[in-house]
Amino acid sequence: MNQIDRVDNAVKLKSVATGFDLTRVREDFPVLCQQPHGRRLVFLDSAASAQKPRPVIDAVRHCYEAEYANVHRGVYWLSERATEAFDGAREKVRSFVNAPKASEIVFVRGATEGINLVASSYGGTFLDAGDEVIVSHMEHHSNIVPWQFLRDQRGIVLKVAPINDDGELILDKFEAMLGSRTKLVAITHVANALGTILPVKDICHMARSRGIRVLVDGCQAVPHASVDIQDLGCDFYVFSGHKLYGPSGVGVLYARQELLELMPPYQGGGEMIESVTFDKTDYAAPPYKFEAGTPNIAGVIGLGAAIDYVRSIGLDQISAHESDVLGYGIRHLAEIDGLRLIGEARERAGVISFVLDNVHAHDVGTILDQEGIAVRTGHHCAQPVMDRFGVTSTVRASIGMYNGRDDIDALATGLKRVKDIFG
Amino acid sequence: MSDLRELYQEIILDHNRSPRNFGAPDQSNRTAKGYNPLCGDIVTVYLLLEGNVVQDIRFEGKGCAISIASASIMTELIVGKTEIEARRLFQFFHDFVTGEETVEFSEELEELTALSGVRDFPMRVKCATLAWHSMAAALDGDGAAVATE
Ligand SMILES: Cc1ncc(COP(=O)(O)O)c(C=O)c1O
Repeated sequence: MNQIDRVDNAVKLKSVATGFDLTRVREDFPVLCQQPHGRRLVFLDSAASAQKPRPVIDAVRHCYEAEYANVHRGVYWLSERATEAFDGAREKVRSFVNAPKASEIVFVRGATEGINLVASSYGGTFLDAGDEVIVSHMEHHSNIVPWQFLRDQRGIVLKVAPINDDGELILDKFEAMLGSRTKLVAITHVANALGTILPVKDICHMARSRGIRVLVDGCQAVPHASVDIQDLGCDFYVFSGHKLYGPSGVGVLYARQELLELMPPYQGGGEMIESVTFDKTDYAAPPYKFEAGTPNIAGVIGLGAAIDYVRSIGLDQISAHESDVLGYGIRHLAEIDGLRLIGEARERAGVISFVLDNVHAHDVGTILDQEGIAVRTGHHCAQPVMDRFGVTSTVRASIGMYNGRDDIDALATGLKRVKDIFG
Repeated sequence: MSDLRELYQEIILDHNRSPRNFGAPDQSNRTAKGYNPLCGDIVTVYLLLEGNVVQDIRFEGKGCAISIASASIMTELIVGKTEIEARRLFQFFHDFVTGEETVEFSEELEELTALSGVRDFPMRVKCATLAWHSMAAALDGDGAAVATE
């Protein structure tokens, strides 16, 4: 099969979403009306961090203007309003990922902190020397390094599930790795450097039927498709608010109630206690047990607004629209002479990663920037998967709900310019 | 657009296509690795120091056009220099690309002006200085890897 055929098969092209109004969506994102270097801003870096729609910006402003006070503490009117908005956001998150209980939603700084919390609190308590943690070959550094800490501190064994040349997890090899010492699988839902969607439901089933816990890194999944945690069957699920059109500095850890009950607190301080004397402290019930200190109040409220916004557009609509743009992008970029796609998984979302013959990704990025096009260049905090493909860096164009086929066309034109300059 | 042509001058593209003094030498007595955590690029600089003089300098690694060209030009300028001259040149180059000083070029250093475009791209200064940092680290001789951050 030639490459074009290969690509057409690889992407399940859904028809352009009916009722998805790209122009209107774009109008909701104030940042997009800027003109870097006098060009229309073509923002193709949402996988690093997404732009914010007006309702999120308004919600954060409203929080500070009208209902800001510390939460869960004051008895006065303002504090009550802040607490209500804050707790309301927790319920929005619960419903967004269909978690059974709001108490299973722990607010953290981001996915990174969520994974570190699990590694430190769960891993530090329930994993012993010789116990195995399995990650995939295409994890973000934040789902590698915390397990290495645990390896160095507690002598656990970190194992890596292999991927094929298309950037897909080799499922039978993964299953064969699950043994009597395997205690935890920590795996990404969608790979940030390649866009591969992993068969997380199958993975959870394979692991949990053997009594193995599963942590899913959902950073790159939740912005693109609806996620049902109960359907997936995972034990832990983490994601960052800023990739879901919400503020930075806030993220979510979902964990099963019974695990949260068993796990010791991650940090100590206010908010996470029931009573403190110098002899002894009784911890609050989850989720507060894991939320020491004053939380990111406006961030949490902004995240709630982001979820409302995404749901008002509709995740199915967003999914359909984005797969149209992604499929269009893959087909068009694959036609460019000397361009090699990195990662050609059949099931994918949001990301096109590629290299150009004889031109370094950084040079591509600088030239595209002059055309108003923002792409990510580098190793995308996923160096092991870069090594797997024999590259040190790629150009990554990633897609958010505000991207259209016109952005892909701009990118293709920009790449022509790169080739002109580099001859 | 003119900024881009300024950045990717023909001299730069030429050094990128065919870098001078590229590849590990048979003989060297000082080496250092430079690492750019932003992009994962690595460059290794090898020096053959005899007395106080850099008799030979070579480099290898992967990098963008700016970092490869800068490394390549650097090797041409450093060979035959004393240790002190080499360090002085590094300082001079650094001041030049970070734009903190107005610098005057002697005829010998003219090729360096090809890198003047970098001054308009602050995010690329690290690329331009990576090999130079490594060269200085090699002179320091402790063999530790340097990072540009
Ligand atoms: C798959 C994946 N996991 C984890 C992270 C880390 O997220 P954060 O930096 O928001 O904690 C990212 C973000 O780059 C990611 O893409």
